Order: sequence, then structure tokens, then C-alpha cells
Amino acid sequence: MKLLKNLVGWVDDRFPLLDTWKEHLSEYYAPKNFNFWYFFGSLALLVLVIQILTGVFLTMSYKPDALFAFASVEYIMRDVQWGWLIRYVHSTGASMFFVVVYLHMFRGMMYGSYRKPRELLWIIGVVIYLALMAEAFMGYLLPWGQMSFWGAQVIVNLFSSVPFVGPDLSVLIRGDYVISDATLNRFFALHVIAVPLVLAGLVFVHIIALHKVGSNNPDGIEIKKNKGPDGHPLDGIPFHPYYTVKDIMATVAFLIVFCAIVFFAPDMGGYFLEANNFVPANPMQTPAHIAPVWYFTPYYAILRAVPPLFGSQFPGVIAMGIGAIAVVFLPWLDRGKVKSIRYRGPIFKAFLASFVISFVGLGYLGMMPVTPTYTLISQVLSVVYFAFFILMPWYTKIDKCKPEPDRVTFK
Amino acid sequence: MKLIKKLWMLVLLSTVPVMVLASTEAHLDKAPASLSDQASLQRGAKFFVANCTACHSAAYMRYNRLADIGLTEAEIKSLLPEGSKLGSTMKAAMDSESAKMAFGAAPPDLSVIARSRGNDWLYTYLRSFYVDTARPSGVNNVLFPLVAMPNILGPLQGDQALHVEKHEGGHEVKTLKLVAPGSMSTQEFDATVGDLVNFLDFMAEPAKLVRYKLGYIVIGFLFILLILTYLLKKEFWKDVH
Repeated sequence: MKLLKNLVGWVDDRFPLLDTWKEHLSEYYAPKNFNFWYFFGSLALLVLVIQILTGVFLTMSYKPDALFAFASVEYIMRDVQWGWLIRYVHSTGASMFFVVVYLHMFRGMMYGSYRKPRELLWIIGVVIYLALMAEAFMGYLLPWGQMSFWGAQVIVNLFSSVPFVGPDLSVLIRGDYVISDATLNRFFALHVIAVPLVLAGLVFVHIIALHKVGSNNPDGIEIKKNKGPDGHPLDGIPFHPYYTVKDIMATVAFLIVFCAIVFFAPDMGGYFLEANNFVPANPMQTPAHIAPVWYFTPYYAILRAVPPLFGSQFPGVIAMGIGAIAVVFLPWLDRGKVKSIRYRGPIFKAFLASFVISFVGLGYLGMMPVTPTYTLISQVLSVVYFAFFILMPWYTKIDKCKPEPDRVTFK
Repeated sequence: MKLIKKLWMLVLLSTVPVMVLASTEAHLDKAPASLSDQASLQRGAKFFVANCTACHSAAYMRYNRLADIGLTEAEIKSLLPEGSKLGSTMKAAMDSESAKMAFGAAPPDLSVIARSRGNDWLYTYLRSFYVDTARPSGVNNVLFPLVAMPNILGPLQGDQALHVEKHEGGHEVKTLKLVAPGSMSTQEFDATVGDLVNFLDFMAEPAKLVRYKLGYIVIGFLFILLILTYLLKKEFWKDVH
């Protein structure tokens, strides 16, 4: 024990160990009224760690080569000790990352976590989300199945619709005129080194920014306004041990769901692992139906809903891009007097609900083949999706809010 | 407010037809396959090696993996084609190029076919060949029209003929009738194809045999851990008011 103390002292003289521990854990005061929705931040961090660890082990047996990639994945599934488990944890982790991040973002929208003073925190979060999409997109090419190949083909082709530079841009991304071995190699490099490094850095910055401004809470009021004589917020509790033990419990609950998928339904009926991706990539044979993985389909549906202009898909691409980054503008679109949905009026609630329905509906339609009816519904839902953002300054202003309490509500 | 509620309803209603329209696919028979039926898996394995590997490979499947379904080393050795060792993968006797010349298309590798097609599709497909003299192979398939594969199981199943009933609105109902019996009764043949599909399902993911068993243990452990972590949380949170 004395040895440990000496060691900590030795380190602390040379590195702010105890200060860091205090600032970010034992004396980081978080509101005591966090509910269910507040688990998803730490769960996202958990999934990131899971993805990095399993990814490292997959990299040891995977071969980023158009001739061997598909076979090397099957090698992992059959001949590598516990390879199937590592691979399923990684593939399930990819989808669960988006589940957790979507819920985490929705929490922010419900409780106004993007509002002043947390705008930068929110922006960093949106950038993390975009990096995550890039990471997932490039990772999906690696198994080199039909869906990997043709999904990438469709998405990279979108870049070629950009006026003037489009064709050159898509060649630059692929490193070839079609998705090929060169594409696989660069996507592998980006997937295992570049983007994870960016993600880790951004997550670090996200947490630092959070600890500077402090966490929001389901009441959407600032706990820093009511401080006790010791200078700590009256409604705050130290993150450690209170939220560490609570998050450990949430972690276990999450792992139950996670493991249920890994062990009993790793394909998730074709949503997490598509059936067609068990056919090796074949550039000569276009599948009848190409759909991206579920977490991209809302934007894919928006893309398909926008009619081409002068034979160019570019307007759809723009709409899809804006759709994906639209949330970044929320801090400046929201004119509500209160942050939390608890004290918002019925208009905001209705708009938020229709936003959720449009997002889920578009996600479903993005997986379906194109029919005139589906396209029409996609168009209606796309309008609803964008109306949530475009009309926000207006409807948040006229909405009748309830008065916020002075202190947080805690049973 | 009223307008918003109306808009709301419109959005809600617009999602309803989506759910209804989604189900228009070819009818598939349910494959009588169960991975817990080891005898069926073994019959399927033997049938596969004897009847399928002449043309099809299973390039990711090693023969010694058949030990997972209870075959002894001696039994596996008796299945090995000439030149293969216990650790060899299942190669096709015919090389891909000459198969392409013979049939017009290279026979696909079957290692993970059950994952890309699904058990029910395979079970239905293998039983859906019918006589069609216009085809070079003499047969056609209801589920996979113009398929290049000859009906290798024909001598077992017998010959089937296609009947097309035309309904109003261009809707067609296709039924198959046995016109010349094979060496097996329909029941025997269906059971044999069931065994084969069962084996294909195993071969597509040998880990499936341990995956479920391990899953129960892992989740059972996590439930106990959840109770403990809940109690831990409750203990710490006692003093938060």
C-alpha cells in the first residue's frame, strides 16, 4: 500500500494524475437526475473500445486483398480460434454503435443538450457521427461480398455527380475506375488507422468539452446556478463513484442485449449482416437489389426521393448530405425559451415525433426496392424530415412553454 | 394546432401502406432442418460428399470439421476423395473451367450458400426442377428459371411436370406434379433434401453448433452480474437525496 502511494506520488510529481482524476471523475459534478437516456454516452465509449479491441484481432488474420479478403473472413470464421466470436462482436458492434449513437443524439434533441453553452460540444459530436459513418462505410467493404462491393460502388458513384470535379473525385476515392483491389487497400488503411485515430481524438475532445460546460439533464436547467457553500452544485453528484457504478450496471444490461445478438442472431435477419454479402464480390454481376446497411438507409431514401435535375443525381446527393449534417445547425435554429421537452409545448413535441417517424420511415424505405408508391412516401417523409429543421425557428418561438423549475426534479 | 394534428395523422397514416406492401415474394417451403439432429447432419454430410462435390466445391470447409457433427476419423477418412487429407478443404472433382464449358456457368462454391440463400430457399429449389425439353439440360426450375444446373437429384425424385394456371390479371399459379417416379418416394426424397440442407446450414457456419450453447452461459452469467451491479448501484445511491 505504501509502495503504491509512493508510486502515485512519484507519478503525480511529474504528471497531473490526481488532478486529472479529480477534475474528470471524483470531482466532476454531474446532475443527479440523469435518466435512462443518459446511459448512451458512456455506452458509445464502450462500443468504441470493443470495436478497437476486436478490430486489432481481426486485423491479425484478415487480408486486404481482392483475391483473399472474402476467404480470409471465412478463415477467421472457421479456422481462427474464437475468430467467429471476435468477428461477430465486431460486426454487431458496428450496428450497435449506430443504435447507441442515434439514441444519444435523440437524447440531446429531447432535452436541448445542444443549446448554449453546449454548442461546440454538439458540433464535435456531429463530427464524431460523420467520422463514424465514414468508418462504417469503409469497414463494410472489407468482407468483399457482393453487398460490400456494390454498396461501395453506388455510394462512391454519388461523388461522380458533383459538377466539374465529380468523375476525378470518384477516381481519387477509389484509386481506380471501378471498386477494385486498390480501393480495398485504401479503405482498409483508412478503416484501421486514419479514421479510428480521428475518432479517438474527437471523442477525447468531446469529453473535455463536456467537462468544461458540464452535463445537461432531463430538466434542461443549469445545475451550476445553484451552488452550495463548498462551491459544488447542489443538484450535482461526483461522477465517481455515483455514475461509475450506475454506468457499470448499464454496461452489463447493454451487454446482455449485445450478447443476445452476437450469440443468437448475429445476422439480425439480414439487417446487421446481409445475406447477399455471403456471395464473393463479383464486378460482372450486379445484384438485383442493392441497399446500404440499415444505419445509412434514411439518407439513402432521401437521395432516391429527390428527382434528378437535367439527368444529374446531384440535387439528391446534396439533399442527402444536408440531411446527414442538418442536426449541426440545431443550436441556432432552436428559439425555444426552455431546453427540455418536459417544459416544451405541444407543437415542439409534435414536430419532434414527426421527425422520428420520418427518420424511421425513411430508414425502412431506404431498404426497399423503388416503386412509385414508395418514392411518393419517401418524398413526403423527406419533406417532414427537413420541415423539422427549416420551420424550427418559427415553431419553437410560438410554442407555449411551461415554466422551468429552479431545481432538478428527483423522485 | 388542429392543422398540426392533421399533418401528424397524415404522416402516421402514410407509413401504414408501407408495411402492407412489403410482402410479395415467391412461396418457399419450410426446410425440415435442425442442427440438433446429429443423425440428419451426418446423413446430409455423406449425401453432400457423394452427390455434390463432383461439381461443387466447398472451399472453406475442411473435411476434419465433420468431426463437429459426430463423424469419427475413420468415417471421415472413408469420405475423403483421392489426394485429400483430413485437413483438406472440399474441392470439386471437376475443375471450374470444364464445368463452365459443360453447363454454361461455373457451379458456385457451396461453403456459405445457406447464408446467402437461406435454408428454405435451398430446400424449395432442390425440389422444384421440372422437365423442359427446350433447355439443354432437359430441366428447368420454378424458383430459379433457366438455371444451368442439371437436375442431379432427378433419378431419386423422379420427373416433375409444370402446370400453370392462369388467373385474371396475369397472375399465375405454378404447380409441379410427379409424372414418373424416381427411386425414392416423395417423402423419402423430401427428407433426404432436408438432411442435405441441414448439412449445408451447418457447413455455412460450423460455429453455430457452439454459438447457441455458449450464448446461454454468457447471458446467464451477465444476468447474475446485473443483479450484483444493481445492488452495488443501489448501495452507493442510498445517500443521494
